[in-house]
Amino acid sequence: MPLDTYKFHDLIHRCFRCGYCKFPTNWMDTNNCPPYARFRMEPYSCGGRLWLTRAWLNETLDWSEHLAEILYSCTTCRNCEIKCPLSFNVDIVNMVVAARGEMVEQGKVPPAVKRFLENIDLHGNPYGSAKSRRGAWAEGAAIERYSGQEYLYYVGCTGSYDTRAQNSSRALGVLLSKAGVSLGVLGAEENCDGNEVDKLGETGLFEMLAEDNIARYNDLGVKKIITLSPHAYNAMKNLYPRYGGDFQVFHYTQILLELINEGRLDVSRGFDAQVTYHDPCFLGRWNGEYEAPRKLLAAVPSLRLVEMEKNRDAALCCGGGAGNFEIDLLGGSESSPARRRVREAAATGATILAVACPKCLVMLEDALKAEELEGMLAIRDIAEILAEAGGTE
Amino acid sequence: MYALQFDETKCLDCHDQDCLTKCWYVEIDPNGVREEMLKIARGEDSFVLRECVTCYGCEEYCPTGNHPFFLIVERQEAFGIQPVPSPLVQRAVNLGLPFRGEPEIKQTNGPVLNMAAFSELTPLIQGRLFEGLPVISTDGRKMFHYFCQLMYLHYGKSSVIKERLPGIIDTIARHKPTEVICFHDECYGTYTSYCPAVGIDVPFTPVHFFEYLYNRLMELKHLIRPVGLNVAYQRPCSSRLSPEKHRFVGEIFRLIGAREVEREFVGENALCCGGTIQGQRRQGSRKRAAAIQDKNIDDMKKAGAEVCVFNCPACLQTLGGMLAREGIRPVYMSDLCRLAIGETPAGWR
Amino acid sequence: MGTIYQELVDIVDAEHVSDRPEELYIYSFDLGTAEPHRPDYVVAPRMTQQVQEIMRLANREKVPVVPLGGGLSLAGLAVPLKGGILIDLKRMDSIIEVNEKARYAVLECGVSQAQLTSYLARQHPGLTHSEPGAPPTATIAGNVLIHGQGDLAQPYGFNSDLVNGLEVVLPTGEVCRFGSCAIGVSWFTNHPLPDMGLFFGWCGTTGIVTKLSIRLFPAKRLRGVGQFVVDDEELVPEIMEKITRTQMAEDVIAYSRAIPPFGMGLQHFTVNIAADSEKELEFKQELIWDDALGEYISRGVGGYLGFTRGLERPQISKTSDYKKGGGFEYVGSVMPIEKYPLCYRRGREISEKHDIPYTVTGRCIGAGHSMMFAWTYAFNRADPETMRQARQALHETDDLVLELGGVIWKPGTYGQQLIIERLDPGTRELMRRIKAVLDPGGIMNPGNWEGI
Repeated sequence: MPLDTYKFHDLIHRCFRCGYCKFPTNWMDTNNCPPYARFRMEPYSCGGRLWLTRAWLNETLDWSEHLAEILYSCTTCRNCEIKCPLSFNVDIVNMVVAARGEMVEQGKVPPAVKRFLENIDLHGNPYGSAKSRRGAWAEGAAIERYSGQEYLYYVGCTGSYDTRAQNSSRALGVLLSKAGVSLGVLGAEENCDGNEVDKLGETGLFEMLAEDNIARYNDLGVKKIITLSPHAYNAMKNLYPRYGGDFQVFHYTQILLELINEGRLDVSRGFDAQVTYHDPCFLGRWNGEYEAPRKLLAAVPSLRLVEMEKNRDAALCCGGGAGNFEIDLLGGSESSPARRRVREAAATGATILAVACPKCLVMLEDALKAEELEGMLAIRDIAEILAEAGGTE
Repeated sequence: MYALQFDETKCLDCHDQDCLTKCWYVEIDPNGVREEMLKIARGEDSFVLRECVTCYGCEEYCPTGNHPFFLIVERQEAFGIQPVPSPLVQRAVNLGLPFRGEPEIKQTNGPVLNMAAFSELTPLIQGRLFEGLPVISTDGRKMFHYFCQLMYLHYGKSSVIKERLPGIIDTIARHKPTEVICFHDECYGTYTSYCPAVGIDVPFTPVHFFEYLYNRLMELKHLIRPVGLNVAYQRPCSSRLSPEKHRFVGEIFRLIGAREVEREFVGENALCCGGTIQGQRRQGSRKRAAAIQDKNIDDMKKAGAEVCVFNCPACLQTLGGMLAREGIRPVYMSDLCRLAIGETPAGWR
Repeated sequence: MGTIYQELVDIVDAEHVSDRPEELYIYSFDLGTAEPHRPDYVVAPRMTQQVQEIMRLANREKVPVVPLGGGLSLAGLAVPLKGGILIDLKRMDSIIEVNEKARYAVLECGVSQAQLTSYLARQHPGLTHSEPGAPPTATIAGNVLIHGQGDLAQPYGFNSDLVNGLEVVLPTGEVCRFGSCAIGVSWFTNHPLPDMGLFFGWCGTTGIVTKLSIRLFPAKRLRGVGQFVVDDEELVPEIMEKITRTQMAEDVIAYSRAIPPFGMGLQHFTVNIAADSEKELEFKQELIWDDALGEYISRGVGGYLGFTRGLERPQISKTSDYKKGGGFEYVGSVMPIEKYPLCYRRGREISEKHDIPYTVTGRCIGAGHSMMFAWTYAFNRADPETMRQARQALHETDDLVLELGGVIWKPGTYGQQLIIERLDPGTRELMRRIKAVLDPGGIMNPGNWEGI
């Protein structure tokens, strides 16, 4: 594609590559851009990606798989947008996503990305697992099927299929049900929310998923949705309205906080541990929700919350965004963002690293093993912590 | 050509000479006030022209509405007596020049809120108090098309005001407003006090921001929960041009359940924020401003204020940090009102 | 022995060596107006030993080596003019030691300005370093080696004056240490061993600094910026003299610029003042604004614009976006302060001739011993004509610096040649000999200081 037909052709050259985007808000290191932290070579920095994109679009540089991998290694964590002081900062991630869109259009994406998108297209999930097994996680748990209840409980691909994340899906479902929240799940009828598909630049597939989900929810009379994953929360809250999706969407931490405030959630058994909390990008930087998870943890008796140095909008991404939890362009090194993040968590002296996202949960759990920190630190979803504090686990 | 209508006979007949006897800043023998004012009126030099700190106070004190302060500024300019050093005058005069294109004119045929030179403060006009109210001058790059220019009274530059103001009024009028709610009361003072005094026509009805807030609060009375805060109010210089609207401060506080603390420096006795004074040419101005600020903040502290409520963004910029260091929270009136109707203003914790 | 690529992989690892087009493309650029040149290899070592092995390899193969820090000199100093191995040193970013009592920090060469600022603020809040106004990714080592200056320049001088010791890998691969660390004691002083200033100002042509010790200073509890303005540029030198005489400021900068328009033609001063108590702060303010500058205020020729508490550190710069085009470059000079009025007037003429909004800045170094005066030219990277104009303006400014009796700071190749033409023959000969001794293969950043 010639540069002048690229949506951001009048913007992309404005990046000076000054490098603010590498830092967290407290400036403590240059490791807050996940791909740059992983490789520490300039092409992997935010500015490097933008300059390479421009060079590819104006045909100074040929496409290569390596170029595609550099572009797809961006987790769309939005740290760059927080740090860049220039007025075009709001479009930095959009510029990368638009370039990926062009690669998708030309059929020039890394094989892992291709597989990811094909699996979602064919099976409704990136893992290539059977659609029919999507609801299996709820077997044996007292969670109703959706049939007009107040809320649809949307679990998402990772919460449905990943064996570790399934535990948090169940914990949350049971917790909400026991608190008397009227909700139901779609089971095998649930489909991918498409957030990652959008971020990988596959606009067509995303549109299909969004329209399909919206139509299904409308048919079922869904008005309110609780999501386990901040990724689904982001798609349904911010992207679905473009396709006519008019739902009230909540991340589960927001609902649990309401229940705690109303005295409807029993956490009286407490949780005797020092806990640190990892902000998921799609809850924090994308949707500004930093406090609900913290207030929830603070409400649990005996739980002592300590902060990592990089917290809230300074949090280091786990490296799983934009499909990287499966595509895995950032893994395989002690410099991988997830491994850096568990080391940062361990440095606080906490014994529990609390998360509010199934992708973060899986990413950080794997990193914990690679770092051999299992004896010192455990990863728990906030839903699991609350379930334990309420005796429902 | 626009010219100040100043009636010398009013000074000749004046028994009080409050204009300068009440002045906090010019030291003058009460028996000499009439003489000095008449000198000024007749175009003669007077030490008052050099001593004036441009606080606007005499506009309020004058019992005959004769505009002594506007006159002082006219004469300062005629004599070349600049209250502030020339580079500050140059900066200020250039500041008000629009340079980033023409404003977008949308006709409203109804009331509008004019943000004037404070486009960046639109976070202060959010929520139900402002619902449905069209706003003009929301683009920071073009806000000086809406700038009332009265600031130049601090710089001894009446001529700049008279030269630019008709064009500003014309820009606002092109929006076809019926009423113009002035976010800053300096604009309100310009259109209701300065313009009539120098003969500039104003083809719309200006509304004071606090009067608007009061009326909206009355409409939303059912939502009001008393804020229960001890508040002090920082009265800005431009409020001296519309003393009849100052009562809305107390009315709003009563309506929203804010307790106005009992202070020495309130109402007519209010102290200047010092922002203008600190840069003046007179020797010791920096220290003088600091002393006034200390006195003002001490008074608020002694009276037990938890919050200092502001009308003018420049006052808040000058005093905000100092107040915060003393444990008094600076807040705009509109934000306090939003708090009272259950809304959370931006940045409020 | 394998290919150079394979040997580099063996020295570092496969993930931090590249000869692929994407890496070569990105590392071919300076962020200013310099023409790009591609390296043949890019390598990002993690430790001194790896740097040594790379140097030995390059020496053996007679391959050029270009060391890169933050890459923010904007003068094209790390563009691989003759290809070769580009060494990105930013992975070597450990803060090795901070000594609170002797007030110094030992750092690896890739530590960035913001990293150290943040580290000191969090771990040693009583200490600070002289931070330049560069983007926060600029490295401490890179800044020191080009004779940079920071926000403590007024009391303490150039950042290169504040070095306590160096660890250097020579072009032939040996490691040398300078300062007290050379005799195995702590890195607390650069004195009193024989002078070997062989690396500052050499633009990476004599070796690679891998570690350094820099002096730290008391970070006062209250720090802020006062502003003053005059409309006559002729007043700037005497005002600088008066402020520095008080010895109450941490940083004194005079500047003038076309944008925003309200300041055009005026000369603004920013004066950083620090204090541990309100009493100290007021004392310092009184000496500066009332006693030293009061006469300008009462004469009506100078205006006090107020004091703002808090220092923005690291500083946020938006200069690159002035032309909405992601680029700017400046000529810096070390200049007698008395030349400020001429620097301003002539610089403004050059800017206006090339249709670039003018920006000039003079930072006082030491007690008025000199200033770093800079002329900044923004350009639009997508518009080659604006880049050409900026480049032309930069060259004219290099000429101007020498005409006015200054010295070009961190000169690019054009400025280097202007200096070489004027260089004392004895000095030139000594430089040639030093270069021949240190870099017999002529592999270090070739194209720079060429023809000495």
